[in-house]
This record gives sequence, structure tokens and C-alpha cells, in this order.
Amino acid sequence: MVGDTTAIREIVAQHGRLSVDARSLEFGSNLYLAGLTSLATVGVMLALEDHFNVEFPRSMLSRKTFESMESIADALRELLGNSSAPPETNVNCHAASA
Amino acid sequence: MPPQLELVQPTFDLVLEQVHAIGKSVLAVHAGSVDRDARFPTESIDALREAGLLSAYVPTDFGGMGLNLSQIAKICEALGQYCGSSAMIYAMHKIQVACIVHHAHSSPWFQRYLGELVDEQRLIASATTELGVGGDLRSSLCAVEVEGDTFRLIKKAPVISYAEAADDILVTCRKSREAMASDQVQVLVRRGDYTAEPISGWDTMGFRGTCSSGFTLDAEGSREQILPTPFADILAHTMHPFSHVVWCSVWSGIAISAVVLARAFVRAEARKTPGETPLSAIRLAEVDCILQEMRHNVGGLTREYQQLLVDGEPEAFSDFGFSIRTNNLKISCSQVIVDIVSRALLICGIAGYRNDSSFSLSRHLRDAYGAALMVNNDRITKLNATMLMVHKEG
Repeated sequence: MVGDTTAIREIVAQHGRLSVDARSLEFGSNLYLAGLTSLATVGVMLALEDHFNVEFPRSMLSRKTFESMESIADALRELLGNSSAPPETNVNCHAASA
Repeated sequence: MPPQLELVQPTFDLVLEQVHAIGKSVLAVHAGSVDRDARFPTESIDALREAGLLSAYVPTDFGGMGLNLSQIAKICEALGQYCGSSAMIYAMHKIQVACIVHHAHSSPWFQRYLGELVDEQRLIASATTELGVGGDLRSSLCAVEVEGDTFRLIKKAPVISYAEAADDILVTCRKSREAMASDQVQVLVRRGDYTAEPISGWDTMGFRGTCSSGFTLDAEGSREQILPTPFADILAHTMHPFSHVVWCSVWSGIAISAVVLARAFVRAEARKTPGETPLSAIRLAEVDCILQEMRHNVGGLTREYQQLLVDGEPEAFSDFGFSIRTNNLKISCSQVIVDIVSRALLICGIAGYRNDSSFSLSRHLRDAYGAALMVNNDRITKLNATMLMVHKEG
């Protein structure tokens, strides 16, 4: 897993402006159906970047990346390149397109 | 989404010629009284109806002209040269038609409706904004309540342009009483199936003929009148980019008209002093340059959107880059139109300032100031500012 799923859940809850509490959602639930708008993904993305010390490349700035907490975790896993390391120990992996 | 068929150019040239002919003989003739009396431009819309232009964007399969976005934009620009209000009404109607053509053409009910739209040249209005949500299109308080095969919908809309002249109104609302504010659909409500209780009037500086008063709508109808696509998708694919392209085309038309008046004024001046280039001619050269920039700006985004429609890749519409560019077009054109008309006014001088002169730019200038306010530029700039925090140029 990418660090702890709690962090992703907490960030979505705080920045996703959902109409339900993200803490009560299934990890694979569709966030857009839970009220996530494309504009609110900006806040979620910035908080994820800050917490996990990564930068989302342009190719990941899509509706699909933020479809669920699961897909966010997949994206982070890809960015961090190491599925077992906790976020604190990850090196900054700035994307080539930044 | 049906393929975009391009009407062969010579045929479209004839259509555009006819639009200009209607513009000269009808729109321009009544533009003054429409503006003065803040009345619906009945003569203009009737003439456009007569020419079958209300279904210009409906595909030929349904009996429409099957024009594409670029061609519709050209028509809007042409109409804008004669009467800003008539052109804006035509543009707003076309946005509603595009929402149905792009997102409901697979529904049997809407297929029949498109046929009626063509035969009866029905005029469609829009009720998007709502009292209590502060102009946020992606948020609704009202909900469509479906029971069996029918629905009931009540909406307090602070603005419904030309509601009293429209045949049908496309209304945004929540999907159901239980749905959250952003879980929206669009419902087509039909004249005879709704009442519209006025809540505010329309006595404004410009675009006075759009008659954009407020109403409480109370509608019912068949559940099939609910568009099958979520409003979030309709907004991203169609309503947002289509609106900005056709609005900016109308504003270009108004700007062209102002520059045409300025040119006529300069020519008249030049005739008085043959052999000398009047100072106003320099001013004309400057404003002509700005007008060209504006038109190229509109043309650029129109081509980009047209290509996205042809490609039919749904993900492309959720790209922040495209949204930002679309917003930039609106912000830029709505500001530059005021600049262009103001420069034309400086050229025409007191003749442009007078209301009773053939060079009067009063209506142009008052219309021009509305452009930044219809979806306030501050709101759009804030959206862009948010998106730009994470957007990366490709």
C-alpha cells in the first residue's frame, strides 16, 4: 500500500468537498458520484503532493486518477515507485514534465 | 455524439449571405426599437425561423441544416453586426440545441423532439442559475421529482432570457429529491406544461432585447424529457465551450460593426481633405489590428473545440488546459470588445456619442459592457486561478 490508506482518506475528506464523509466510503467508491468536482480535485491533488512529497505529472491530471481513493493510491504507488515504503522515507520524485 | 458534418462551403456561403441579408433588412431595422423598449426582437427571430436557421445545428438526419460549430459561430458573428440582442438570443438558443444534439440524440423522445424543432422552428431558452446558489451552475437546490412516468419541477430562476417568447426551456436541477447539489440533470420543459411567475424584470444598460427576467417555473411532463446524460458531462463537453465560442462570436460581430462605423466616418472625413491622411485614419488602423486579434482568438478556440468534437474523445473535455483556454477566450473577448468600441467612439467623436446620428455607438458600448458580466469575469478568473495551480502546459 502507499503509506497508509488513512492519509489518502483523510485528505479526500478534508479537501474533496464531498457531500458525504469520505471516512464512511468504500476505498473503491466513485468519488465523482459522492460529489467530487473537477475543481475540488485541485485541492486534493495539492494536499496529496504535499503529504507524499510527489508531483503529479500532466499525464495523471485526468478524471480517472481521482475516480476513487483506490485509483489515487494506484497513482501514488506509480509515482513513488515502491509500494512498501512509507511516505516519510520516499525521495521526492518530481515528474519529468514539471 | 453524432459526427460533425460540414456543409459544403459554397452552400454555406449562400446560408451566410442569407443571414447577412436578414441582418440588413430585419435585425438592423428593428435594433433601435428593441433596445429602446427593451422588447423581444420578434421580427428578427421570426425571420430566422422563416429561413430555418433555428435548426441550423440539428443534423441533416433529423431534417436540420447540419451545420458545424465553426459555421454556427460565423452566423452568430454575422448577426452580431446588426443587433446584439437578436444575435445573443440566437446564440443562447443554439447552446440549448447543441446540448440536446450532443447528449440526447440517442433517446427516442428527443429524436422526435428534434424533428419537431425542425418543423416548428421551436425556440429554446435556458434556466441554469437559481436563487440561493450564487450563480454556481454546478449546484442546484431544486430537484426533478419523478413519479411513475411523469415529473414535477419547481425552480426559482433569477434569469431566464426570452422566457416569455420561448417554446421550450432547458432547466438544470438535482436528479432527485435525495440527490446532492452537484448531482444534476437537465430537463426540457415545454410551453403549455409550465407556468412562469415573474420575480424580476429586465431594465438594463445593454442587451436589453434579451428580456432576461427572473421567474418561478412550475413544470410537469414526461420523465423522458430528462436528458439521459449527467449535467456535469453536458457542461464540460458542450455548454461551457459552446457558450463561450458563440458568445465571443456575437461580441466579435458587435466589435466589427463598431469598426465598420468608424471606417465609414474616417472615409467621410478623408473625402473632405483629399491627399491628407486624417488622424482618425491612424486610430482606425490601430483598432483594426485589435479587432483582428480578437477574431483570430475566437477562431483559434473554435477550431480546437471543433476538432475535439470530431475526435469524440470524452476525456479531452475534462482536461484543465482546454477549460482554461476556453475561459481565457471569454475573459479576453469580453474586455477587448469594450476597448474596440471605445476606440471606434473616439474616431467617430461626437457623432458616435449622439443617440440621433447614423454613427451612434451608444448601443454597441452598452452591449459591450455586458460581456464581462454574463458569468462574471471574476468568477471565471478565480476558476482559472485554481486550475492553474496544478495545470502543466503540454
